[in-house]
Amino acid sequence: MSIADPPARADAPEVTRPTVAPSSLSTSAPIKLQARGLNVYYGAKRAVRDVDLDIPANAIMSFIGPSGCGKTSILRCFDRMNDLVPGARVEGTIMLNGEDINGRDILPVEVRRRVGLVFQRPNPFPMTIYDNVAYGPRRHGTSNRAALDEIVESCLGRAALWDEVKDDYRKKSGLSLSGGQQQRLCIARTLATEPDVVLMDEPCSALDPIATLKIEELMADLRARYTIVIVTHNMQQAARVSDRTAFFTMGEDRSGYLVEVGDTSEIFTNPRERLTEDYVSGRFG
Amino acid sequence: MANSVASIERGKLDRGLTFRERIDPARRITLLAAGAVIALVLMLLVFIAFNGVQIFTASGFSFDAIFNATWNPDSTTAQSFGILPFIAGTVGVMVVAAIIATPLSVGLAIFMAEVAPDWARSVAQPAMEVFVGIPSVVWGWLGITVLVPFLRDDLHGIGFTLGFSWFAGSIVLSLMILPTITSITFDVITSIPAELRSASVALGTTRWQTIRHVVIPAGAAGIMTAIVLGMMRAAGEALAVQMVIGNRGVMPTSLADPMSTLTSEITLDVGNTVAGEPWNQVLWTMGLVLLLMSFGFVLLVRRLGRRRALG
Repeated sequence: MSIADPPARADAPEVTRPTVAPSSLSTSAPIKLQARGLNVYYGAKRAVRDVDLDIPANAIMSFIGPSGCGKTSILRCFDRMNDLVPGARVEGTIMLNGEDINGRDILPVEVRRRVGLVFQRPNPFPMTIYDNVAYGPRRHGTSNRAALDEIVESCLGRAALWDEVKDDYRKKSGLSLSGGQQQRLCIARTLATEPDVVLMDEPCSALDPIATLKIEELMADLRARYTIVIVTHNMQQAARVSDRTAFFTMGEDRSGYLVEVGDTSEIFTNPRERLTEDYVSGRFG
Repeated sequence: MANSVASIERGKLDRGLTFRERIDPARRITLLAAGAVIALVLMLLVFIAFNGVQIFTASGFSFDAIFNATWNPDSTTAQSFGILPFIAGTVGVMVVAAIIATPLSVGLAIFMAEVAPDWARSVAQPAMEVFVGIPSVVWGWLGITVLVPFLRDDLHGIGFTLGFSWFAGSIVLSLMILPTITSITFDVITSIPAELRSASVALGTTRWQTIRHVVIPAGAAGIMTAIVLGMMRAAGEALAVQMVIGNRGVMPTSLADPMSTLTSEITLDVGNTVAGEPWNQVLWTMGLVLLLMSFGFVLLVRRLGRRRALG
């Protein structure tokens, strides 16, 4: 499947979806994203050092580690958001479905359409709930009203927001929602471009515990259709929601590197590395 | 505050300010300054309003005699003081100037805020400041020596018989309000949260799509404010307009024809008239109309500001 293919839409038959049964174990699932020799520099400073990482399809992978260990920098490599940071430079390869997303003939906008990003703070557009969700599809050429209606309704449904907004989502501003609802709206908006992968950068850090729980439940539902990567500072959250966990830390030169990656249960109960054990048991960080 | 420290020491509730504390220097100076400004505005309003209604009260002209389209103040047989040509002229140059200046200024502001590399921005911003500082007589001088002859000689075929025209006034004004609209729009755009742009870009949209569908709508009320402030400046400008517009007190019918505005007619006539005669009184009425127009603009700007605040 070419990265430049138009993404599958809610109104199109799902021929471009990877054929993975939702029940397949994360460890045996095909690799969705693969990073090799990944280095990120901001100006002269190396923020991320030599990361090799495989992210399996239809699973939730969490990135944990102390502040400044490069989790977010790595996350942002997967949808080329670092392109927008002045002075940022990314070395190494990142393959999405076996294709290099930094390849010469690949448009960054295509990568970002296939790899969605949910931000730390909810950032709905100052427009109606409907227009927020329809934003991506409209920009990518869907103008048919019935098709848009269907995308909006199904994405709000998948983001577990439909029941709360179904009466006035065409009129009500996205900004009038609560913080947790806004974040689910942002997830719905991301799902509307039919991504393969959804990246989440500490999506619950600005939310209260009840809203956090809702997002976590939502992630579990989404796993059947999407590959999810979540950066979190909350180790309980990583333990609760993710199938695989990658632990990063900061080296002597203050650049972040990958210490170990494994099934979440392994990382939290029986890590191979001493650094990991110290971190997950709360002795460090 | 000394008072609250004292009340804590006594363990009692605040007893309010004493007379001495109420008139401390900071309070006195700021109250005086604020009071002076408010008094000045009120006095100005009363003074202009008082003089502006003399044509009706002292000279006994009817409302219709003033708000009509015939301006013929120095005729001995058919004297008429209709000021509608000047109101229409002011609105006319203001609107056409805004139509010319808006796309240029908004485009320039978007370029500086969203697209320009650092070096281009560091050239464009000081250039804008110099632009603001050019005196209006210089604009008028350029208009009269460059623009008017160009219109007269090169566009004669499409109706610019004299060069002095509604269009010439609008062009000069559009250049004068360009920096106003540009700098306010620039501030509006740069104050739009970066997260909104990131959100749009992360959905796989291009920079232009992000500007067109997120940045401009989010800044719409602010950009409208910028345009209205630009139009206010255009309505108030007298000298440069007077130099190129032709100063003919007739209802504007063609962009290529001379006409006149409230401001340009006031500056032109005020030296030729005698206080107390109708011609002088009607100039005051024109001043009052101009003042009321600018109040209207202020109200509009405040409304837009509220809409911005509501998001």
